[in-house]
Amino acid sequence: MELKKIGIAGTVESSDISIIIEPTDKGGIEISLQSAVMKQFGRQIKEVIEETMKSKGVKNATVRAVDKGAVDFVIKSRTLTALYRSADIDEYKWGE
Amino acid sequence: MNKNGVGREIPAYIEGVGELKAYESPFSIIPEGNKVGPKLKRPLPHKNKLVDSLEEAVKAVGLKDGMTISFHHHFRSGDYIVNMVLDVIAHLGIKNIKVAASSLSTCHGPLIEHIKNGVITGIETSGLRDPLGTAISEGILKKPVIIRSHGGRARAVESGELKIDVAFLGAPASDEYGNANGFSGPSACGSLGYALVDANYADHVVLITDNLVEYPCLPASINQTQVDYIVEVESIGDPKGIVSGAIRSTTNPKDLLIAENALKVIMASGYFKNGFSYQTGAAGASLAVTSLMKEKMIEQNIKGSFGLGGITAQLVDLLEEGLMEGLFDTQCFDLVAAESLGKNPKHFEVDAGFYANPHNAGCAVNKLDIVLLGALEIDTDFNVNVISGSDGVISQASGGHSDTAAGANISIILAPLIRGRIPIVVDKVTTVVTPGETIDVVVTDYGIAVNPLRKDLIERFKKENLKIYTIEELQKIAENITGKPDTIEFGDRIVGVVQYRDGSVIDVIRQVK
Repeated sequence: MELKKIGIAGTVESSDISIIIEPTDKGGIEISLQSAVMKQFGRQIKEVIEETMKSKGVKNATVRAVDKGAVDFVIKSRTLTALYRSADIDEYKWGE
Repeated sequence: MNKNGVGREIPAYIEGVGELKAYESPFSIIPEGNKVGPKLKRPLPHKNKLVDSLEEAVKAVGLKDGMTISFHHHFRSGDYIVNMVLDVIAHLGIKNIKVAASSLSTCHGPLIEHIKNGVITGIETSGLRDPLGTAISEGILKKPVIIRSHGGRARAVESGELKIDVAFLGAPASDEYGNANGFSGPSACGSLGYALVDANYADHVVLITDNLVEYPCLPASINQTQVDYIVEVESIGDPKGIVSGAIRSTTNPKDLLIAENALKVIMASGYFKNGFSYQTGAAGASLAVTSLMKEKMIEQNIKGSFGLGGITAQLVDLLEEGLMEGLFDTQCFDLVAAESLGKNPKHFEVDAGFYANPHNAGCAVNKLDIVLLGALEIDTDFNVNVISGSDGVISQASGGHSDTAAGANISIILAPLIRGRIPIVVDKVTTVVTPGETIDVVVTDYGIAVNPLRKDLIERFKKENLKIYTIEELQKIAENITGKPDTIEFGDRIVGVVQYRDGSVIDVIRQVK
């Protein structure tokens, strides 16, 4: 998946996560995370975001995430949506 | 270091606090000695107790470096008294003060500056909230704070463990000679239950009021034999922060589900019968239980004996409908309760010692059948944390949690199984406030667990076809959704000592990294 522009998904409501993905040329995947459960789940949230991006073949990107206690499948779906939007693809293939 | 009765490492001695006695079991400590008392005094006839300013009162009682001052928390997050008094003390250049409040709230952030400036060097309280709780968790105060339950604080004051030099007590109505009550005036808070202990035992008592009334102020909860000086100020609190005006009835589906599950537990427990007694907190789910239970009381023609605690509009409703014989009230949670205290003779104001001191001849929690309580975390040994968040930061209050859990025939924890992403059932709670031995049932939105110690309840619930899980099963349900949280890392320094109600140490709180 090739990132073309800034992709945004999610909200800052309780139990949701807001994800902003920006394409870059270098540096791998850089995630800055704010989370209401940083100490308990910060590490795991970053892992889920990174894995989801790698599964779509994304190697370089800047991610800004504001988490309000989202569980893994919410984080994954918000990340995917932000990726699709960033790549300017509107045919979502959720099953993949 | 020794492991105490709930498996926590408790140091034998802490600099600035002294020797610690490790918690063993709920009733293992048998106290010795007598209650203490305030100073003897000789006011000449017709002494004028009304002084012009707080500064004058502080000087008149002879407040000095190193003394202990106390406050009540009946104005909750609307309180102006604590900050007002400490500003005056700081202005007078007095240092090294211990603040022994019955609790502290979100509005007490300004204490941080007074700690930095050496005005405050010790804090003893039931609760601490952000930003003060966070600052203390980060280590701003050299001496650890002492966290006590409401009953534990009354015990500490009455036994002399906590000696109060000067109590600064906000009074919603007072006369010029020190008769005061809490249920009239613009800053009405209802019961003055926590203040009554201080009024009875402090060496000096200063009342601060924004509603000076003609002598005699009757009925009086605090009386003239206890009070040295009275100061009139513009305002003692923000009514919006003191009590909630409207009756909150929850529409949160999670809360309603928990309430329905809790009602099933109460109905099947064997304690729901004529003459039963009952206490709840003011959380949405608890209030909903009381409303649901009212219908069952009418349906089954059951009348209760007393409602206890933090009194709410829901309990006042039971009293006024004749469904409860009386209410014992240490603290009013809403305006309806505050008004009721002033007009209903069987809505009875009691002090914190009457409420929950384990070392008098019989406190109210000892007569309690059913109590509904909250929890930040509960572990698989049923130990409950109500003081520190899952991030390790002191953010809540011990309150009457451990007191009522110990006294009641059945203590029921009401909590969502998951809060944010935080599972409520964990391997080990961050801080133990209430020992698992005194917790009987956990009611969540996903199901109910019963403490294995209560074989009788398990039998009863089975007979009533009430579905029960083990606490481990509830934990698993939660973790399947949330994942397992990483363990929080703490520093070595102890920033808080959590007493059990009998004065033994049930846990310590360490500095957050």
